[in-house]
Amino acid sequence: MQTANKVSQQQLAGASGQQITCLRFTGDVSSLSRDAIVGTYQALDKAAHKLILLDFKGVEYLNSSGIALVIQVLMEASKSGQTVAICGLTPHFTKVFTMVGITKYATLYPDESAALAAL
Amino acid sequence: MSVTSGSKVEVRLPSRLGFEKVAMSTAAGMAKLMGFSDDRIEDLKTAVAEACINAMEHGNQMNASIPVSVVLSMKPDELEVKVMDNGTGMETPAPLPDIDRKMSGEEEARGMGMFLIQALVDEAEWVSGTGTDEQSFVRLVIRMNKENE
Repeated sequence: MQTANKVSQQQLAGASGQQITCLRFTGDVSSLSRDAIVGTYQALDKAAHKLILLDFKGVEYLNSSGIALVIQVLMEASKSGQTVAICGLTPHFTKVFTMVGITKYATLYPDESAALAAL
Repeated sequence: MSVTSGSKVEVRLPSRLGFEKVAMSTAAGMAKLMGFSDDRIEDLKTAVAEACINAMEHGNQMNASIPVSVVLSMKPDELEVKVMDNGTGMETPAPLPDIDRKMSGEEEARGMGMFLIQALVDEAEWVSGTGTDEQSFVRLVIRMNKENE
């Protein structure tokens, strides 16, 4: 029943010239996505990847357990001095992320191009 | 298709993560038939999914052989969804998630389901059963807002 979550990684450059590590999620983001979401983030060299962009454009299903995984990434990134931005959420999940307070710790952008223009 | 008030659909799900999407799709289909707006349907989908996950995890302890029953009832200006399990009920009111406490590790990152349910539907009520003869359930209602639909 769960659609497997896949994560792909890409290096991008922001408008300010900063290197951005983009993690693109597809499929389901739920409690069963821990290895894909948190595991992929934890495998990054924290000193070399200071700015992380989480892209949800390809996500088909997201629930509160999946949001908790995003919070775990934000927690670890905060401790490591990394900055996390988020893009590609639907208007509904933009509302949900705002309701739970994630916007206090990560800026939300409508899509990748808006994120790159601002970062 | 003609939609009449009083139509009812029941879905029985195994307590296995992922099957909440069946209830979610059913609720979305019924809300669409009733003419709810896309954004209200998204709210309902998330609320129904969270209610089913709570029923599977907390109510039925992830025992796949114990079903979660979901009854969706069309009423004149509202859609009611009852999600039933064999547990003894949830503690209410739902705790408000505190992102600062979650970020500092003082509060679990999880545990936002009940908050989301309450925030996304017009009415949410948790009723405790005995867990055997009498099921516990959560009752969700979304109402038509004629001005916005």
